[in-house]
Amino acid sequence: MAAAPESAGTGKGFIGWIDQRFPLTKLWKDHVAEYYAPKNFNFWYFFGALSLLVLVNQLVTGIFLTMSYKPSAVEAFASIEYIMRDVEWGWLIRYMHTTGASAFFIVVYLHMFRALLYGSHRKPRELVWIFGCLIFLLLMAEAFMGYVLPWGNMSYWGAQVIVSLFSSLPVIGSTLVEWIRGDYNIADPTLNRFFALHVAALPLALVFLVIAHIMALHEVGSNNPDGIDIKKYKDADGHPLDGIPFHPYYTVKDLLGTAGFLLIFAAVIFFAPNFFGLFLESPNFEPANPLQTPPDITPVWYFTPFYAMLRAIPSAFGTQVWGVMVMGAAVFVLFFVPWLDRSPVRSIRYKGPIYKVMLALFSIAFICLAVCGMKPPSGIYPILARICTAIYFAFFLLMPWYTRMDSVKPEPERVTGHA
Amino acid sequence: MLKATVLAALGLLSAGAALAEEGEIPLLQAETDIGNTDSLQRGARNFMNDCSGCHSLKYLRFSRMAADLKIPEAEVSKNLIFNSAKIFEEINTAMPADSADWFGKPPPDLSLMARERGTNYLYSYLHGFYQDKTRPWGVNNLYLASTAMPHVLFYRQGLQKPVYKNEKDGNGNAKMVLAGAEPMIPGSMKPEEYDQYVRDIVNFLDYAAEPIKETRQTMGIFVMLFLLVFFVFAYLLKKEYWKDVH
Repeated sequence: MAAAPESAGTGKGFIGWIDQRFPLTKLWKDHVAEYYAPKNFNFWYFFGALSLLVLVNQLVTGIFLTMSYKPSAVEAFASIEYIMRDVEWGWLIRYMHTTGASAFFIVVYLHMFRALLYGSHRKPRELVWIFGCLIFLLLMAEAFMGYVLPWGNMSYWGAQVIVSLFSSLPVIGSTLVEWIRGDYNIADPTLNRFFALHVAALPLALVFLVIAHIMALHEVGSNNPDGIDIKKYKDADGHPLDGIPFHPYYTVKDLLGTAGFLLIFAAVIFFAPNFFGLFLESPNFEPANPLQTPPDITPVWYFTPFYAMLRAIPSAFGTQVWGVMVMGAAVFVLFFVPWLDRSPVRSIRYKGPIYKVMLALFSIAFICLAVCGMKPPSGIYPILARICTAIYFAFFLLMPWYTRMDSVKPEPERVTGHA
Repeated sequence: MLKATVLAALGLLSAGAALAEEGEIPLLQAETDIGNTDSLQRGARNFMNDCSGCHSLKYLRFSRMAADLKIPEAEVSKNLIFNSAKIFEEINTAMPADSADWFGKPPPDLSLMARERGTNYLYSYLHGFYQDKTRPWGVNNLYLASTAMPHVLFYRQGLQKPVYKNEKDGNGNAKMVLAGAEPMIPGSMKPEEYDQYVRDIVNFLDYAAEPIKETRQTMGIFVMLFLLVFFVFAYLLKKEYWKDVH
């Protein structure tokens, strides 16, 4: 009998038997029980765990929805109503899924904002950030395709608008759009392939990326609100003095965060599942009608900042590709943030006034863009959208200069306080 | 910073809302109550009598309606089903496929209309018919210009005539703008009776658009209470564990 490899566990009993064949205890210790996280995480640090919670919610409710949903242009709309009315608890599962989609973007936007606050993307966490950006990109694709599935009128026309964006690409545009749709119009084949991508391909890729995101994080260790390295001061056992094991400290803390999140989440599900027409839009209670557009075609709220940028750019040289490029660039630029930020400190606590002002302007611009994207492009909105687009890009593209010019405060040696 | 951001966004939102309301006749308030079973029962009766000839509720079954509205199934079969439908079937109409030729467009299914357009809209729409001899059915609607629907409730509400007001257009020229309607020929119902009659229909349509709505809200209260208790215990648990973090 060959000896077990040295790295394998030596424990007894059932767990021991598994550990000799699979690194169960090792994984548990590396990623949970003996993963030392800084003790000074604040409110902003709930949103990583909450993103994971919402992902699981979407996966589980999605599986149950798939059992009753019919991915066909003729049956899709009616099958949703079948879920809402005839499937036991179908209404709850569907509302959890639709509310979960919006909740996903809320927690992910706040999670990303946290990184901008405390410099969580800075060396050595560039890959954590890049995996995160890829997750965000895939999440947008996932949400868009999921939005089409109910085959309501807004689903249909939203898909029409978004897919036809690709037609603005020179030379290949129209062929590409036809290839994406699988038809000369948004039609049954489009719905079918969006279903395949929404329930199989993209969730699979998302889960892999989330695992990579967490593995990259645990390789280098978590950042914290002070933006300083906690590994500089270690105790006799080699554990950071300012670190505490993720379990039980952060598992119980995240449990509290989960309870707080669920209070809001359940309030929406049970009392305002439409959320004033933002989470479930009223034109989507009418089946897809290729002959009649809704009064205003607007994307769901979480896409509106990017949609506003798309519309803010006028067509020039006989093509509208510029708006599409700007919208793409708005997501693409995120990938470079770790290298754009040249400040000697990570956290906003020790950064100077310029960064604080820029981040505040950026936040206001992003919210204004979201509003602009929901409104018809008339009155002040087109101009406002252009100004806010300029601020959005200025925040990123001028970052190498203003972060270097900015005054900084000295960083502390050890983390300050804990929540 | 956060506070300033939120305030700026809210300011923008309310400015936008004010802009959108300009130039439209404001909707009447339906004041329906999904918890009022009597109203829902009357609404079901009114709907079956006055609406179901043309409008289906194809996502609602008679049996579901009977159970939710606490109407015995025998009663539904006897008094509310006017076609050959069985109790477990959906509420369909006898309208033939070519009914589009009669009205210009087929009468829409109303299963989800309360969620698509809102209860205030439905309540207003059923109050909004006024005489307009240029239209095929002799009536137009304040809230849906050039509506294809005849004033089916004419004999209950009576007929209204339009009221116009003078306004200046962008170039300073005076123009007539539709401002509302006033009674012309009385119907069989007093205005308050008609209001209640329509309110019951709209309440029923609100129910039909989401039969689970009332259960959902009642259940929601218990879920929130549970989560509050859970929150308190999660807080105490966290506090207990974090005692030794300094």
